[in-house]
Amino acid sequence: MEGGFGSDSGGSGGGKLDPGLIMEQVKVQIAVANAQELLQRMTDKCFRKCIGKPGGSLDNSEQKCIAMCMDRYMDAWNTVSRAYNSRLQRERANM
Amino acid sequence: MDSSSLSSAAGLGTVDPQLQHFIEVETQKQRFQQLVHQMTELCWEKCMDKPGPKLDSRAEACFVNCVERFIDTSQFILNRLEQTQKSKPVFSESLSD
Repeated sequence: MEGGFGSDSGGSGGGKLDPGLIMEQVKVQIAVANAQELLQRMTDKCFRKCIGKPGGSLDNSEQKCIAMCMDRYMDAWNTVSRAYNSRLQRERANM
Repeated sequence: MDSSSLSSAAGLGTVDPQLQHFIEVETQKQRFQQLVHQMTELCWEKCMDKPGPKLDSRAEACFVNCVERFIDTSQFILNRLEQTQKSKPVFSESLSD
């Protein structure tokens, strides 16, 4: 799948852009970007929490910590998402 | 400046209304996502000590409070800025300076 927005799907000639295809590709790219953002922040936070003085490799306790940290970060993310959504709904109800 | 006048200005003609609606919806969704990322990061610092086998109820309550207080802070800042702008303008209103 090319990274472009369908201008290359050129096999069909004529070069007409299909809005449906564009929207699907954009949705995928957005989802990928969000996953990357999440991973980047999670890695940062879990590195800070779990790695003290960096050794020659990740020892067992560090790995366990990172695994737990990942799950807790996801829990936190979901909690924040729900809380924010509730707040938005409340604000809309009050308008 | 809405998206249709933007695209006309760019010489693109009018955007397919279906695409336009899609852009608006996805933009809204992304604003939400970005704020969730940001608040999760901030609130993690305030609410998480050592990552345990599950998110305990105290930590969970902290996250919820954190979100609410963050929004409150944001609103407070906007409101107060609006008030102080009236008496002592901080930001210049004219674009040409």
